[in-house]
Amino acid sequence: MNFSSFIQYIASGTAYTLGVTLVALPSGLVLGVLFALLYVYGGRVVSRLMSLYSTVMRGIPPIVLLFILYFVMSGSVNLSPFWAGSISLGIISSAYQMEIVRGAILAVSGEQMLAARAIGMSTLEAIRYVILPQTLRLAIPPWSNEAAIVIKDSSLVYALGVPEILRRAQLISASTQQPFLAYISAAVIYFALVFIANRLLARLERRLTIPSNP
Amino acid sequence: MPKPILTIKKLTKKYGNNVIFHDIDLVVNEGDTIVVIGPSGTGKSTLLRCVNLLTKPDGGEIWLDDLEITAKGADEDRVRQHIGMVFQNFLLFNHLTALENVKLGLTKVKHLPEAAAHEKALAELTRVGLADRADHYPGQLSGGQQQRVGIARALAMDPRVMLFDEPTSALDPELIGEVLEVMRNLSLEGMTMIVVTHEMGFAREVADRIVFMEKGSIVEEGTPDDLFYRPKYERTREFLWKITELYGKKEAKE
Repeated sequence: MNFSSFIQYIASGTAYTLGVTLVALPSGLVLGVLFALLYVYGGRVVSRLMSLYSTVMRGIPPIVLLFILYFVMSGSVNLSPFWAGSISLGIISSAYQMEIVRGAILAVSGEQMLAARAIGMSTLEAIRYVILPQTLRLAIPPWSNEAAIVIKDSSLVYALGVPEILRRAQLISASTQQPFLAYISAAVIYFALVFIANRLLARLERRLTIPSNP
Repeated sequence: MPKPILTIKKLTKKYGNNVIFHDIDLVVNEGDTIVVIGPSGTGKSTLLRCVNLLTKPDGGEIWLDDLEITAKGADEDRVRQHIGMVFQNFLLFNHLTALENVKLGLTKVKHLPEAAAHEKALAELTRVGLADRADHYPGQLSGGQQQRVGIARALAMDPRVMLFDEPTSALDPELIGEVLEVMRNLSLEGMTMIVVTHEMGFAREVADRIVFMEKGSIVEEGTPDDLFYRPKYERTREFLWKITELYGKKEAKE
């Protein structure tokens, strides 16, 4: 067996890798933005709760949450390995994305909020039309970091037997006794995915850049 | 009898035990241009922010026409639509062009249809002499141009009163003139304005009344001639001439 057939065999697991990523990242984004807004504008009690959520979720290794969701919760909810993995990665990512967005809100807010309120906008209108459009632009560079981490962390679902890239690399390594080729192929595929994602986000960042004179 | 637009009664603001200003009384009539002067840390900016409720006063009343806006249950967002505010640091919406900055309040707050909002926004930009910069972003404009967009943004809401919080303090000297020119025209058009500024030339020429504040209260209030030539208090004279000397030179150069 040569390198390209290794790549071919392992790459067929890419669908699972992408699947987990495409569930975890967007759901983490929606929750992250929501939680960040609640953290900044939600008042003291809500803000405390969000801070607690962030601390706890960033303090747990993703694989531990994944096991909790799959093995402990499986008594009450019937979660497939794929969904248990995607959801736990999404939850953990939401805490990191919340901190990314919160930082960006704090950089924009304050005076921009003041200016928006001064023309008669409510806080919600100001968030929607003034704060978020600027915040999300600012968040793209750190967010592309988080995207890379989620793509790579999606490999954790291999522990539950989901036939994604790493799992397939493990299988072919065992059957061919060629671990070097197997894992190098997996590394190449992961790298390609992260590289493409970062390139796309960099392009998005450029397209959304607000023009200004140097 | 001139009609009062804005009536401030016994207005007080403190942060903890720190009194910013106390028992401020001020009546602003329709078409008046009031210039507020005084040393920094005297509470002038906080006073302006209280007037449009961006900061909550701790005591006293503010009346806009026949409505007490400091009353419980007053619709703050609605009140602010009627009171325009121009900030020292412009505070334009950085992600929007000059035109969009002016238009945003029209479409999202006043809910004007797109075409009407566009037309109105362009008219306001024309009024401040910036129609040709409509598609520029704040980062592509000079400080003076940004501040004029800030004025147009506030004007677009058709406010009853315009508040100016040191509108030229953050500008390079050569850019101050264009902003003062816009404000001068507004005053001549009969806009009711309260202006916190150190520009004594502007105050002397445009103000109907000058209010001198120090340490959280109004020391003296009167016409420019009264305050410059017949002040009741020595402190007023001292401050006015010191400021004129500091800022007057800049104006002479223009």
